[in-house]
Amino acid sequence: MDVNHLREQFPALAQTLGDYPLCYLDTAATSQKPKQVLDAINHYYQQDNANVHRAAHQLSSRATVNYEAVRDDVRDFINAGQREEIIFTHGTTEGINMVAHGLTAQIDPGATILVDTAAHHANLVPWQMLALRTGATVVPIPLDSHCRIDQQAYAQLLQQHPAIVALSHVSNALGTVNPVTQMAAQAKAVGAITVIDGAQAIAHLTVDVQAIDCDFYLFSGHKMYGPTGVGILYGKYAQLDRLTPLLTGGEMIKSVTFEATEFNILPNRLEAGTPPISGVIGLGAAIKFINQLDKAAMVKRENELLTYLQQRLLALGDITLYGAHDDNIGAVAFNLADEHHQDVGILLDQQGIAVRCGHHCAMPLMQSLNIKGCCRASIGVYTNVEDIDRFIDGLISVKELLL
Amino acid sequence: MNSTSQFLSRDLFTAQTFDSEVILARFKQAANWQERYREIMLLGKTLPKLDDMLRVEQAQVRGCESNAWLYHAQIDDLHYYIADSDARIVKGLIALLLAATHGHSSESIAALDINAYFDELGLTGQLSPSRTNGLFALATAIKAAAKIP
Repeated sequence: MDVNHLREQFPALAQTLGDYPLCYLDTAATSQKPKQVLDAINHYYQQDNANVHRAAHQLSSRATVNYEAVRDDVRDFINAGQREEIIFTHGTTEGINMVAHGLTAQIDPGATILVDTAAHHANLVPWQMLALRTGATVVPIPLDSHCRIDQQAYAQLLQQHPAIVALSHVSNALGTVNPVTQMAAQAKAVGAITVIDGAQAIAHLTVDVQAIDCDFYLFSGHKMYGPTGVGILYGKYAQLDRLTPLLTGGEMIKSVTFEATEFNILPNRLEAGTPPISGVIGLGAAIKFINQLDKAAMVKRENELLTYLQQRLLALGDITLYGAHDDNIGAVAFNLADEHHQDVGILLDQQGIAVRCGHHCAMPLMQSLNIKGCCRASIGVYTNVEDIDRFIDGLISVKELLL
Repeated sequence: MNSTSQFLSRDLFTAQTFDSEVILARFKQAANWQERYREIMLLGKTLPKLDDMLRVEQAQVRGCESNAWLYHAQIDDLHYYIADSDARIVKGLIALLLAATHGHSSESIAALDINAYFDELGLTGQLSPSRTNGLFALATAIKAAAKIP
């Protein structure tokens, strides 16, 4: 599909900020939403609004059918083995916390938890908390000088027989891709539980959780053209079934007396309380949106755009790129000479250009790069060459002012 | 924010002066955002660069993506500030805040509508609490230091 036709489906892109039309290059923080997602949420609230799994009446029955249908859509979308392996969460952060909390009883004092140095804080802090609860130790998996995981060091760390290996599929700060299939297999060979944060991968790659063969895979709806407040925890059935529920209460029980409670079976066991129903409906619409695209063409086009973006940035001069490779996904991280990333961000914003400037919730990564922060421009399915050109022109103006 | 540091003398606090009328006039003459931000950076340069010894956590203002440090002294019922940031534009924006508060009385600072002041400078929105530039936190810290006990 033609990108400009695609853009028309995203109402928020058609706005002007001051004198400038919006140039949105912050999709890695959150993607814009197509009209069909907005319509689906609106339709749910206007026509089907009822609580799910309490189908004593027709409205609730309809809401439940639509809600559960999305579980099947997600199952197909990531090729999970069975629908009970798809748990609706409120987002990746909640999902990782559910896993880290749920594994507490399985982790011995003295256990090792390996964590990607480039991991988002959401895929690091829950492991630190788990380590505090259990006496385990969190060990960073180091990066090489190209900001890729040092595979030799990783292989060596696996000799410690870690209990858990937590990886990002795609680094949120840099856009670098980890060879998760190979790394998960290596981890599995030493008996580790593998957890993969797929938040930055899900909108840009075809994810097949059975091919990756990880124990847990997590992502958020809002980074894949869906709404905020909804996410997916995928886990192998046996692994999910062993998790101690983080949240308890309604929906997740089979029977309750004041003496004891018996939990429900999956997936309900891990979905306590009223779920984010409208979010799930919106996520279903987002999956339909992505499925109707030519995925191979989309991946190719995004790759070409990102390469173009990297090349134009480098050609500008006085630019440092971090971990820029031709197989990166979705994002490019950079600094302009010695200028503070926030100054660059403020001046780009004056021109209607939205990028992210900061530590990108990856402070250990910034420490390993020996920088306080950087700017990140990130693309999505609606990004076009004009966006990149506008951004580069904007940066030229920033250079004129700062350098 | 820190109270007066032992390393900062009264003279250092009172040495800095701002000609608010000149600043306002220059901003009003600015034809576009480039000129406004050029003025902001020039103004930032008039603030001293704090020694590493003074760039300490106790003086740091929270809520900034960049680092910002603020010192305050009350001399003869007037309030004086020394501030710095590692980001140039943020430093200039701090200087604009100080231009409206430095050397003023508690009453004058309490009465200042900082949002209206930034609007007048053509910088609407930069002071909003939603911004990561920390100006809102800085404005709050400047006002808090000048509160009548």
